[in-house]
Amino acid sequence: MPPMKKFPYTPLQIAIHIYAWSGLILLIFDAVTGHLSPNPIQDLEQRTGRHAITLLVLSLLCTPVNTLFKWSEPLKRRRALGLYAFMYAVIHVIIFADLDYGLAWSRLVQEVIQKPRLIVGMFAFILLIPLAITSFDIWKKRLGKNWKRLHRVVYFIAPLVVLHYLWSKKGDILSLQGDIVKPLIYGLIIAIFLIMRFPPIRKALASFSTRMLALLPKKNQQPKVDAP
Amino acid sequence: MTQYNSVPIRSSEITPRQVYLSRRDFMKAATVTASAALLAACAPSAAEQIQNTKAVPTSNATDELGDKINTYSDITSYNNYYEFTTDKQGVAELAQDFKVAPWTVEVGGLVNNPKTFGIEDLLKLLPQEERIYRLRCVEAWSMVIPWEGFTLASLLDVVQPTSDAKYVRFETVYRPEEMRGQKNDLYPWPYQEGLRLDEAMNDLTFLATGLYGEPNVPQNGAPIRLVVPWKYGFKSIKSIVKIGLVAEEPDTLWKSIASNEYGFYANVNPAVDHPRWSQASERRIGELNRRPSLPFNGYGEQVATLYKGLDLNVNY
Repeated sequence: MPPMKKFPYTPLQIAIHIYAWSGLILLIFDAVTGHLSPNPIQDLEQRTGRHAITLLVLSLLCTPVNTLFKWSEPLKRRRALGLYAFMYAVIHVIIFADLDYGLAWSRLVQEVIQKPRLIVGMFAFILLIPLAITSFDIWKKRLGKNWKRLHRVVYFIAPLVVLHYLWSKKGDILSLQGDIVKPLIYGLIIAIFLIMRFPPIRKALASFSTRMLALLPKKNQQPKVDAP
Repeated sequence: MTQYNSVPIRSSEITPRQVYLSRRDFMKAATVTASAALLAACAPSAAEQIQNTKAVPTSNATDELGDKINTYSDITSYNNYYEFTTDKQGVAELAQDFKVAPWTVEVGGLVNNPKTFGIEDLLKLLPQEERIYRLRCVEAWSMVIPWEGFTLASLLDVVQPTSDAKYVRFETVYRPEEMRGQKNDLYPWPYQEGLRLDEAMNDLTFLATGLYGEPNVPQNGAPIRLVVPWKYGFKSIKSIVKIGLVAEEPDTLWKSIASNEYGFYANVNPAVDHPRWSQASERRIGELNRRPSLPFNGYGEQVATLYKGLDLNVNY
């Protein structure tokens, strides 16, 4: 029997791709079969926005997972998650400009420059563009040290996106009243993920996890098997 | 007042749908009754039959501007009712088991005849009519909805506000066990709203008990809700249990959450934006393009005079 070719994708990779595409497929399915809300354009905007922010949060989760569990594979998946987040952001912006505002640029521009919610959203989107473009290996090589610096801009983008989300809801963050729970949860998660990156905290977490992992039974060790 | 669209036919003058739909049934029933000759006892039951004939909701009716009413399904499946959930499409299901009977409305405060009414009393006491109104949500979407009910003025005439009464305060039922959104402490429940007395007495101001020719449903504020068509939807408080005449401007839920965003007046005004989004245009549910929003939601002719001398940029 010829040796089986090794399956080229890891379970994590498969999960990420399925998760990322399922959102879009479901969206298209609902649009085609008429299962969007009675306010369909807003429904599309909100759903693509939520997918974008969720994927962005997941991309920020990779580093803490590596720190805490010494599991390095998520580090390789940051690019996919980030690009998927960008994909949904692009769809989100296109729906807003085209479907919602019918590409009426003068009205659109007026609206965007007047409303902090839209300024912040637009700014976050514009900042995502260079990150998406330079996410490929060729740029990584070309930019060297600066590549990492550039991609740290995401630490700034993520809070902007949460602010954009929060300001789309009817509530008030200062008095902690109204419809603020979901944006607040996203904000807290992002804050935690960012704090975990501060070098002193990261070091402390890493050494803590080393000690904890040492206590676990070592079931991961390769069993010794005689070669056939 | 030419800047406002004139209103050619008042919706109250349009034949109610039940009547025109049941006219043929009536003719048939009348013929049958007549040919059943001498069986006078049949007559009352025939009449009853007509009354119980449920009107088949047709979507052909329009508001006075010629815009079609929204479908029953859109009206009853897309609701802002935070007492249940902030998810507009989730309200209908969560509100299914909400008990709308028995129900009483306590009308009191600065009135000569304070009284607690059962819903049935109100339906008997006050003339019912249909009103087709535009509803403009502060979130910049809108619908056209055929309500049944009576004017708030007709109810206030019964209880007779005293001369000290300057405002009307409304309160929604507080039942966290049935309305799970009320367990959320981020809102100062129960929902309360208010109108100036002259706004309350305006002929447009309506208490709705029915929708689309049928009794109202919980997700739309059954059994009794306010409808103030020239103001943003959040003024039209749902599932009312208390109406009180007061001397001072009452607190309102959204104003107490964010007074810079939701004012006491909350008149539909395309010239005054919500701080975070524009009010210049709106999306009519069922349409894809935005349409410009109208001052006072198109009811300026009837209500603009209420606000003479009032700076609407400040009193938003």
